[in-house]
Amino acid sequence: MSAASNHGAAPYYFVPGPSRHPAMAAFGLFFVILGAGQWVNGHGWGAYSLFAGLAIWLITLYFWFGDAISESEGGQYSDRIDISFRWSMSWFIFSEVMFFAAFFGALYWARIHSVPALGSLENSLLWPDFKAIWPSAAPGNTASPAGTVAPFTTMGPWPIPTLNTAILLTSGVTLTIAHHALIAGQRSKTIFWMWITVLLGVTFLGFQAYEYMHAYHELNLKLTSGVYGSTFFMLTGFHGFHVFVGMLMLLFITLRLGKGHFTPTRHFGFEGAAWYWHFVDVVWLGLYIVVYWL
Amino acid sequence: MSAVLDHHGGHAHDDHHDHHAPTGWRRWLFATNHKDIGTMYLLFSFTMLMIGGVLALCIRAELFKPGLQYFNPELFNSFTTMHGLIMVFGAIMPAFVGFANWMIPLQIGASDMAFARMNNLSFWLLIPAAIMLAGSFFMPGGAPAAGWTLYAPLTLQMGPSMDAGIFAMHIMGASSIMGSINIIVTILNMRAPGMTLMKMPLFAWTWLITAYLLIAVMPVLAGAITMTLTDRHFGTSFFNPAGGGDPVMYQHIFWFFGHPEVYIMILPAFGIVSAIIPAFARKKLFGYTSMVYATASIAILSFIVWAHHMYTTGMPVTGQLFFMYATMLIAVPTGVKIFNWVATMWRGSMTFETPMLFAVGFLFVFSMGGFTGLILSMAPIDQQLQDTYYVVAHFHYVLVAGSLYALFAGVYYWGPKWTGVMYSETRGKIHFWGSLIFFNVTFFPMHFLGLAGMPRRYADYPMQFADFNMIASIGAFGFGLMQVYFFLFVVVPMMRGKGEPAPQKPWEGAEGLEWEVPSPAPFHTFETPPKLDPTATKVIG
Amino acid sequence: VNDLPGGPAVNQLDLHPPVTRIASEVHSLHYWLMIVCVVIFVAVFGVMFYSILKHRKSQGAKPANFHESVAVEVAWTIVPFVIVTCMGFAATKTVVAQKDTTNADLTIKVTGYQWKWGYDYLKGEGAGISFLSTLDVSQRELSNAGTPQGDDYLLRVDNPLVVPVDTKVRVITTAADVIHAWMVPAFAVKQDAIPGFVRDNWFRAQKTGDFFGQCAELCGKEHAYMPIHVKVLSKEDYAKWVDSEKKKIAAKADDPSKVWTQADLIARGEKVYAANCAVCHRPDGKGAGPIKPLDGSPKVLDADKLVQVGVLLNGQNNGAMPAWKQLSDTEIAAVITYTKNNWGNKTGQTVQPSEVLAARQQ
Ligand code: HEA
Ligand code: HEA
Ligand code: CUA
Ligand SMILES: [Cu+2]
Repeated sequence: MSAASNHGAAPYYFVPGPSRHPAMAAFGLFFVILGAGQWVNGHGWGAYSLFAGLAIWLITLYFWFGDAISESEGGQYSDRIDISFRWSMSWFIFSEVMFFAAFFGALYWARIHSVPALGSLENSLLWPDFKAIWPSAAPGNTASPAGTVAPFTTMGPWPIPTLNTAILLTSGVTLTIAHHALIAGQRSKTIFWMWITVLLGVTFLGFQAYEYMHAYHELNLKLTSGVYGSTFFMLTGFHGFHVFVGMLMLLFITLRLGKGHFTPTRHFGFEGAAWYWHFVDVVWLGLYIVVYWL
Repeated sequence: MSAVLDHHGGHAHDDHHDHHAPTGWRRWLFATNHKDIGTMYLLFSFTMLMIGGVLALCIRAELFKPGLQYFNPELFNSFTTMHGLIMVFGAIMPAFVGFANWMIPLQIGASDMAFARMNNLSFWLLIPAAIMLAGSFFMPGGAPAAGWTLYAPLTLQMGPSMDAGIFAMHIMGASSIMGSINIIVTILNMRAPGMTLMKMPLFAWTWLITAYLLIAVMPVLAGAITMTLTDRHFGTSFFNPAGGGDPVMYQHIFWFFGHPEVYIMILPAFGIVSAIIPAFARKKLFGYTSMVYATASIAILSFIVWAHHMYTTGMPVTGQLFFMYATMLIAVPTGVKIFNWVATMWRGSMTFETPMLFAVGFLFVFSMGGFTGLILSMAPIDQQLQDTYYVVAHFHYVLVAGSLYALFAGVYYWGPKWTGVMYSETRGKIHFWGSLIFFNVTFFPMHFLGLAGMPRRYADYPMQFADFNMIASIGAFGFGLMQVYFFLFVVVPMMRGKGEPAPQKPWEGAEGLEWEVPSPAPFHTFETPPKLDPTATKVIG
Repeated sequence: VNDLPGGPAVNQLDLHPPVTRIASEVHSLHYWLMIVCVVIFVAVFGVMFYSILKHRKSQGAKPANFHESVAVEVAWTIVPFVIVTCMGFAATKTVVAQKDTTNADLTIKVTGYQWKWGYDYLKGEGAGISFLSTLDVSQRELSNAGTPQGDDYLLRVDNPLVVPVDTKVRVITTAADVIHAWMVPAFAVKQDAIPGFVRDNWFRAQKTGDFFGQCAELCGKEHAYMPIHVKVLSKEDYAKWVDSEKKKIAAKADDPSKVWTQADLIARGEKVYAANCAVCHRPDGKGAGPIKPLDGSPKVLDADKLVQVGVLLNGQNNGAMPAWKQLSDTEIAAVITYTKNNWGNKTGQTVQPSEVLAARQQ
């Protein structure tokens, strides 16, 4: 039974009854943070706690989403709820934008302010030998006043990042094709293009993994490579993680499509995942320009 | 009226959740009801207020006399840090979320919050976070001792508890973001027909704007502490000059969050006061529209003033001037609010029950804190006062006499609706006058200490500062006792239902949909949207 | 207790009596601002209390029903706007003057350490002088014992910063470990000292005398125990002081190529340890909390002497153990020899200054 078919019976605003999921999720996350805090301090048992907590959390999410999907497919969600989902997804993406903004801000500050200041005439009192050249502008320069950072080569835009840009942009197109197909009621076409999109996401991640290996093994570019390494890996790393999450979202949507979920008119699950994917796309464009090019 | 509502529940499409409140521990642990979740938020934050308050008393006990009396300086720094963190993230913020949970659906005629299960998750996430924070006292090396602002590179020297704290704050951030999304969506999408945005009670408005601020800045805090984490353990150099980073960068990111954060803690307080003053002046709020605009202006300005916390880090003169002017501008919209409240009282017909007393107390004492803020915003003066007790005085005037007083006012105002019983007016008055006097005894002398140059976060101080510190400590214990009194003689009796039964609308001049449902508010309200009169303050069918 | 001239007075209610032009300007700015604020406060709350007294129900007041007026809203937006803008203008000149550190007669680098101040005279009369300034040890003990006494409690240091009167002194601040802040209220100077970066500020003291301040940025457990004492001398006295300091430097200079006996190094090292290391590692070398013990430490016992030399020169654990580069080669050699042969550590090893010098130059 699909949502639209018994639309009239949906309550004005569905409010779920008592649920054990939220408390379980919080319970799982307790072990996640407990474990993480211990693990980074070298206590091996922290890892067990972390993964056990993650497992609890994931299982809970599975059942939670299961509930939500069956409520949705059971026709409980009115149009008004659909609007709620739209608002919430938009605000969630806004919060993600602000999270990335913190790291872009750090990159901006390091390049425009801290590295030049460290190499300024006044600071020569402390670091007489340091020349303020941002690493990507000058090969072999490490942006490390104390000379504590081993020389490394920076990551240029060619070839992998450019390929990855093409991949992400293409995936945006394939996703849109799938969306149009869904609206046109061509389910198998939708599913086909969704799989393509997921595959493009996986390819992107594969390339990025390769790029990281290349950085570590051949360029000697590491997380510890001064502020360049810090911002490079944290920005691209968090982005990669978001690609991973977005890819999972698309994957689950694809599987749900296979089960016959969604209708040409009501498919917010699909759209939410698509919005997220486009957001990840846009962040990548920012990265491509700011991190790899400039 | 209420009878109408009760039958309105609409059995036809209501088969998936029971009509009767679930009972026992499941009711709370598995809650999806905004009122129950609101209650849990309020109880949680009160507990945190007690814990944070006891830490404050430890601080004041140590500072009672010069010389180290009870604690070593490291522990003292942990007390200061944890007091700040627990009060900000544990007491004040969740208390306002509790109010939002209880009141926003009632005020706008919604059946519940937009995402009832996520609402419960927002609450329950606070528990692991609080356990991790409080538990850090028992970790090797003791609790974090780098101040609530967690400045790098001091944080790099902290023990394992720092990481526990960082992860706890991640979780609290997630909780705040989910809570804010819930509030925004509820307000934007669940208002009863006829409840237009510009007819909405100001409390809902202030929360709408606060939630926007929260979503904009909590992720930035998450970013800052994530960088701290990777600097601590994974060899990054964000804040390490040896690798090209900058400790001051931490401060910029932190205060980009931190300054809006302080308005997050005051805007909902403005909302509560805007409900109470008209009710007891028996006169409509003066300048509703300008109140909305003023709130929005404060929120927007709050993004461009952060570096007023950093005048002494050595900014270029243009930066110094920009942030000085921008900060001083905030006095304008805040002033508009103060003037509107006074104009509301003007030629009203006032009575002074406890909620009104706290609201007037708020106005008076918060403004003093606002004026000291203005004095601090002047860059040259701030260079004298930065990191002294003057700043401590400033922010306790706005946070305790501001946020906390508004919360008290709100508890007295809406408590009868929550519990169905009236508090004792005499006890409320004792609580108010006791708090007002002891508050000023505690924090007023701190202005003098700051002017005379006593730095904050000091476990010991020169002998010349002894007398004012002693007065402040005595005041602090008095203030603490008043809160114990409040808990034992006001909160507990109300929770146990002891007291006169509250009428549906206990306040003659009060307006709004929350007074259209019985006291205590039934488990489910407005399950189908009510029909409203043109002012959107009454249910007409 | 009595007032401490140049430091806090008993129950002082106001800013310190100004000793620089900037401080006087800040002083009068503060007065003006206070007056404006008090006037607005009295006006606004005068209206409120009048209303509270007159417009109460018990007085038979009937509520009016006005609740909007664009004219007043505009008025009370514009008037405060004008007021704050005027306030801003009043302060602007001082901000600009405060930031103008050019044409200084004397330049001193101030370095914050956990938990003491280092002063290096860079330019001007006295260039080349440098010393550390630490809280008087007996006062730290009084604090611990909870029995404070003296008018300069927590403000007495071993070596005050000495500057001449009527001279533009530029202070360049930086730090070795965490952020500190160098504050002298009578001069209206407060400048954060940030590791890895330099910041500057200036003052021109108009009076001779002693002026006191304290560290004003949380910097760890001994934050309350790193005072600042500035001694302002007449120009002649200052010249004399510079002269005597120069002589002392010449006499004290340790020749890093001198070869010491182990016993001498240990004796010297004990002093260095007490002055620098004992705060954290404790006099018994057992450490505390996150601070590692030295007694029995594998790094101290390591047969390769360079291991410990490296730790002292470069620090460890992200600066949790700071670098001690600022100590002389002799001092580092001495303190290492001391720790290698004290408490339960019986390595018998001796580190000579020349070895430290060699390690430093790598
Ligand atoms: C609820 C929280 C809250 C609120 C509302 C405010 C409000 C303000 N704050 Fe405050 N502040 C804090 C919480 C808050 N602050 C905290 C926690 C810190 C310390 C953080 C830390 O370091 O740990 C701090 C620190 C702080 C500093 C840094 C001090 C330092 O460390 O050196 C400064 C400097 O500019 C400042 C300024 C202001 C100003 C200008 C306002 C303005 O919004 C005030 C506006 C109000 C009024 C001015 C009064 C009413 C107005 C009128 C009656 C109109 C007429 C007035 C005029 C025309 C002047 N605050
Ligand atoms: C957000 C709100 C908030 C609130 C409500 C308070 C409430 C109080 N605070 Fe504040 N405080 C901060 C936020 C807050 N604080 C922040 C952000 C800092 C900066 C931290 C930093 O520097 O990093 C700070 C710092 C701070 C300092 C400076 C510490 C330092 O620099 O070293 C002091 C010193 O007096 C202080 C005192 C108090 C007191 C006495 C109260 C009182 O109002 C508390 C009253 C409540 C109780 C006392 C609890 C109830 C009583 C009991 C549970 C029973 C026991 C009582 C008795 C037996 C009497 N606080
Ligand atoms: Cu150095 Cu505080
Ligand atoms: Cu601020």
